[in-house]
Amino acid sequence: MQIIVDDFDRFKVVKLSGEVDLHNSRDVKKLLLGHLEELAHILVDFTELEYIDSSGMATLVEAFNLSKTKKLDFHIVGAKDAPLQVLKLTRLDSIFSLLESREQALD
Amino acid sequence: MTESQQPIISIKNLDTHYGDRQVLFDVNLDVQPGEIMVIMGGSGSGKSTLLKHLLALKNPTKGSVHIDGLALHSASAGEIKQLRKKMGVAFQGGAMLSSLTVGENIRLPLEHNSKLDRQTIDIMMRMKLELMSLAGFENLMPSELSGGMLKRAGLARAVVMDPKILFFDEPSAGLDPITSVELDELILKLREAMNMSMVIVTHELDSAFKIADRIMVLFDGRVAQIGTVDEIKHSDDIRIQNLINRRPRDEAMDGDAYLKRLVSGENS
Repeated sequence: MQIIVDDFDRFKVVKLSGEVDLHNSRDVKKLLLGHLEELAHILVDFTELEYIDSSGMATLVEAFNLSKTKKLDFHIVGAKDAPLQVLKLTRLDSIFSLLESREQALD
Repeated sequence: MTESQQPIISIKNLDTHYGDRQVLFDVNLDVQPGEIMVIMGGSGSGKSTLLKHLLALKNPTKGSVHIDGLALHSASAGEIKQLRKKMGVAFQGGAMLSSLTVGENIRLPLEHNSKLDRQTIDIMMRMKLELMSLAGFENLMPSELSGGMLKRAGLARAVVMDPKILFFDEPSAGLDPITSVELDELILKLREAMNMSMVIVTHELDSAFKIADRIMVLFDGRVAQIGTVDEIKHSDDIRIQNLINRRPRDEAMDGDAYLKRLVSGENS
């Protein structure tokens, strides 16, 4: 897994690529919670994400919950293929804000 | 699933004995990644023994079993332990620990095999309960669940670590038809979303025909046929047709073998 962080408008973009699983989801959590503690709005970019397991999804739920507490925006961008299927299977697509592009977050 | 991939499970020329009694004879099977392989057969056909081999609970007398590239007969205890983290097992009766709540049972594999913190583990556990339509049941004791619920709770525990391979022993046994159909649909959903390979042992034909990519039929420890649902349904093997049509096995009795068993006690 690779994580690249950059800025887009008022958002911190956390771009995940490769596979998020039990071995590295703690890194994702630390990063996301860290940015949220600094009151950053978050876009999690899934466009190059090949696989995310339940620990990764649970991490996103924790981060999303913290964003709500802190009244910050939190969107997932570009979910497709297996990660999108996992989101649907776990019905997390009903919780998260799923966007097709970063620009949609500006609407 | 594609046929050209390296099989995730490969069984070659497997023979097994319990004492002097041979129970599996020259079993060969490849399971491809993402494939649902159903093992069917009557009582005493060797299904459960084969499952024991796949779970590395029994060593073959002859032949080999490879799972995810690991030769089980020569693997170290550490390698087997690592492999088991990639394997989920759902047992017939759910096999929940009766002294723990449903939630504690489901959390158990994560608590033993990951360094995730409690909150992440709890969310993962609840996600699996949601998936199994058991939301809100985490604080109940297993004894407070119905048979169908226990089976789903067992499945939740089996998949809580997102295994690459799921082994499921008799998913439909003891369930009413509607619950059984729901469980079949859940199995298919799991495969679709998580690309899990599955080996499912069952004697329930409707369930097998609904979920299987391929079916292996065992009779008296021997592979009668491995094929797609259509191939099995239209098999020329009279024993398979009898199994499908639920006819007693004596119509397909091998007279010579029976005579041998009666006269000399030989089982092959």
